[in-house]
Amino acid sequence: MTDRLSEDQRALRNAVRELADERIAPRAAEIDQTGEFPWDVVKLLADHDVLALPYPEAYGGLGGDLLTLCLAIEQISRVCATSGLILAVHELGATPLMLAGTDDQKQRWLPDLAAGKMLVAYAITEADAGSDASALRTRATRDGDAWRIDGSKRFISHGSVAGIVAVFAVSDPDPAAVKAHRHLTCFYVEKGSPGFAADRLEHKMGIRGSPTAELTFHGVVVPDTNRVGDVGQGWDLAMRTFERSRPGIAAQAVGIAQGALEVATKYASERKQFGRPIGQLQMVGAMLADMATQTEAARQLLYAACDEIEAGSPKAASWAAMCKLFAGDVAMAVTTDAVQVLGGYGYITEYPVERMMRDAKITQLYEGTQQIQRLIVARDLLTKRD
Amino acid sequence: MHIVVLLKAVPVVGTERLDGASRTGRGQLESNGNDEYLLEKALKLTEAHGGEVSLLTVGPAPALEALRKALAMGATRAYHVKDDAIVGSDIRATVAILEGAIRKLTFDLLFVGADTSDGQGGVVAPALAVRLGMPYLSYASEIEPAPDGSRVTVHRLSPTGYDVLEAKTPALVMGTQVLGEPRYPSLRGIMQARSKETVVWSLGDLGVEAGNVGEGAATTRVLSAAAPPQRSGATIVKDAPDAAVQQVVDFLAARRLI
Repeated sequence: MTDRLSEDQRALRNAVRELADERIAPRAAEIDQTGEFPWDVVKLLADHDVLALPYPEAYGGLGGDLLTLCLAIEQISRVCATSGLILAVHELGATPLMLAGTDDQKQRWLPDLAAGKMLVAYAITEADAGSDASALRTRATRDGDAWRIDGSKRFISHGSVAGIVAVFAVSDPDPAAVKAHRHLTCFYVEKGSPGFAADRLEHKMGIRGSPTAELTFHGVVVPDTNRVGDVGQGWDLAMRTFERSRPGIAAQAVGIAQGALEVATKYASERKQFGRPIGQLQMVGAMLADMATQTEAARQLLYAACDEIEAGSPKAASWAAMCKLFAGDVAMAVTTDAVQVLGGYGYITEYPVERMMRDAKITQLYEGTQQIQRLIVARDLLTKRD
Repeated sequence: MHIVVLLKAVPVVGTERLDGASRTGRGQLESNGNDEYLLEKALKLTEAHGGEVSLLTVGPAPALEALRKALAMGATRAYHVKDDAIVGSDIRATVAILEGAIRKLTFDLLFVGADTSDGQGGVVAPALAVRLGMPYLSYASEIEPAPDGSRVTVHRLSPTGYDVLEAKTPALVMGTQVLGEPRYPSLRGIMQARSKETVVWSLGDLGVEAGNVGEGAATTRVLSAAAPPQRSGATIVKDAPDAAVQQVVDFLAARRLI
């Protein structure tokens, strides 16, 4: 398995795994119970350059490729999905900037992000616009050298802890522009901008330490220099961002599944019923075998997707959708089975698998539901290519 | 200031296996724990006072992995003595090889761990000091070089606290875990480690005769070795603290241990 990874990738993965096992795993249950954002984990990841992974070396980052980033997200999520998401969102939020930002804009924000001095969030979803991004209502109105943003965003990971937020707003509400996907523009809104607030947090089933915020914009004035990409290019930028961020969620899902598999395997070799470890009972052994097979299949699809996307595959959107779709479903199935293997002990907080099962569910929902991923794959299949 | 740290690659603790000749298998290796404490101290000292940290190891090819990690932690360069003739060397030969390598280097301080988790001879440090004719400062819990680097002050652990020793440099300092936890390598450090200098020396480079080392020249023989018996019958108390304490006390009292 490790042969497909370079020596650097193996070394980086192992280093992150060691950090995760020794420093993050002991915190995971508490992070879930208190629902408090783990700033100590942010500092740990920043101190060891993990947060620098997604960014170019020219801006203080490590210039890690997509697979290396995913290896890190996977290893952290193996012990704590909330902590794994810290890295995933750190990439998601900055990807529009990396894809379409000017050198000045990158100089302005990327070094602080790479150093972990500041977090970033990505705001597209609204209360009435989830899967249907054409229903977005947050408006951006031109006002001389600046823009006025009015509206609200919902379900924004890290919305309340980020120093800057990539906000996708409607710059052209004309139905023709909406139909042509030229209605959106991307702006980076800085924390503390008058009229911008991130007050309300959601109470969630899983990833409970990760703050999911509602953002409100009341006449927030944003200079044009904070606009990333061309006016009307927002939709395209959002979609290209997902091509690079969905593998991160797939990595989180693979990590969660791997973590649950490891707990279940250990338990099945120690727990005795009918005079022997329950793993020796064929029905339990078969469950473990299926869990391991599914997890490895999801991992291999993810790694292949990363290589394809990094190589500029014309089917990048489809690869991203497929790996997130498959890994999310695997994480849900494997964690559910892990609870089953542990029986009553799996259902209580004494063991981590109930938390992993709750955490797994989000991977089927965010960055596009599983239904949207299928839509993307199907559309790609049915698109005629020259 | 130039600090040389001896770093041995030992079998990953918990995975040690003996081969048919009672030799420790050298498959998956990691840095010896005691050596990492000295490395951490060396890194802290050079960060505070400037200077460089060189690693020196004697070991097979897989030892490179341990050197890479130490380079990722911040060491400047590594010297790797590697030669098929070394296999099966006893402590006397190991000291002779190390001496040959150290004599090729110019440095202010030589840091050596108290012992290694595989051999556990615990005599390499004093033997080297004698062979090199260097001051020997053992069981250091604190190490502080003079600003001009001409002397070094060491706190040596004693049964009642610590003794304060001072010596001229170059000096050999032996230490243990009291020096402090080693750092995790940063990802940037890992990526930079690959481009750091790793010098490989054979016995010939050191002027050490192959016939004087290795299994054939060993002055000691391992007659037999056995894995410790598997422990069993542990009682794990999982109750709430009050009840658990009572159970532990009862257990010890029943065996007249308290």
